[in-house]
Amino acid sequence: MIELYLFLIFMTVAAFVATEIKDLLAAVISLGAVGFSVAIMFILVQAPDLAIVQIVVEVVTIIIFVAVIFRTTHVDETIGKKLTGTHILSIVFFSFFALFFLVAVFRALQELPAFGNPTMKVASEYIRLGLPKAGGANLVADVILDFRALDTLGEATVLFTSVIGVAALMRSIGRKK
Amino acid sequence: MRGMSLIVKTITNIMIGFIFIYGIYIILHGHLTPGGGFAGGVILAGAFILRILAFGSNAGAEKKSEKRSSVFESLGGLMFIGIAIAGLIVAQIFFLNFLPKGTPLHLLSAGIIPLCNIAISIKVGAGLFSIFLALAAVKYVMED
Repeated sequence: MIELYLFLIFMTVAAFVATEIKDLLAAVISLGAVGFSVAIMFILVQAPDLAIVQIVVEVVTIIIFVAVIFRTTHVDETIGKKLTGTHILSIVFFSFFALFFLVAVFRALQELPAFGNPTMKVASEYIRLGLPKAGGANLVADVILDFRALDTLGEATVLFTSVIGVAALMRSIGRKK
Repeated sequence: MRGMSLIVKTITNIMIGFIFIYGIYIILHGHLTPGGGFAGGVILAGAFILRILAFGSNAGAEKKSEKRSSVFESLGGLMFIGIAIAGLIVAQIFFLNFLPKGTPLHLLSAGIIPLCNIAISIKVGAGLFSIFLALAAVKYVMED
């Protein structure tokens, strides 16, 4: 458990560095540190499927970020400027709502059962019926492609929508000069 | 996009086949070992991206391969929905696992799960590759 908290602190620091540093390449590298820490945390809580997906997606995402940065600019010009009135107002509003959110989450988390000891009502059915009903030895594949295949279809639609969004942003036909 | 140095090209020549085979292994054994269609598809897309980054290509070829990968992404999605509708035709249940289950821990087992893994891998790999090409490689008009 203690190593999970250590990784959480490391990820928080890396996320602050990613938002506050002036060089965009360094920001992308600290973002990658956050992603790979998530992968290590998945391994620590014994979820190798998610860890593999997290590692490969993180590598491809960092490659796309770095390629875009090499094509455009290295320097984030918004950092280090003087704050205007609207900026200060939005920061005050944001910190008020962040404080409210933290208090609400803290009170909600007090009601949860202990970590690793949930009631396991749905999951125990999946574990019992996975091999006889679906036939796959990997229980995760049984759940996401047999019991919960409709959710996987929705997830595939999310990726399709993101591809459509990128293609619409980067199109050359129909763009006004 | 320009290519990289001779060292990168040589290492890519050696490694790219292994990366490809590893991605196909992850896809085909998705119902037996950790992994599956999503992870394997991203690994295949990573192999294509590595090839473009190391050897470079001209704008016309990038445009053409972006169109082709969009077609493949749609084909993967249609294959996934087609498997679901086949279950609807066989027994009136969407996403029914209608194929025979086979013996557990064999490569040909678990009914439609390997087919779904293959469809998802085509969809995810082609989708991520076309996102990479659109964002990082293909020249767009914003520069002028």
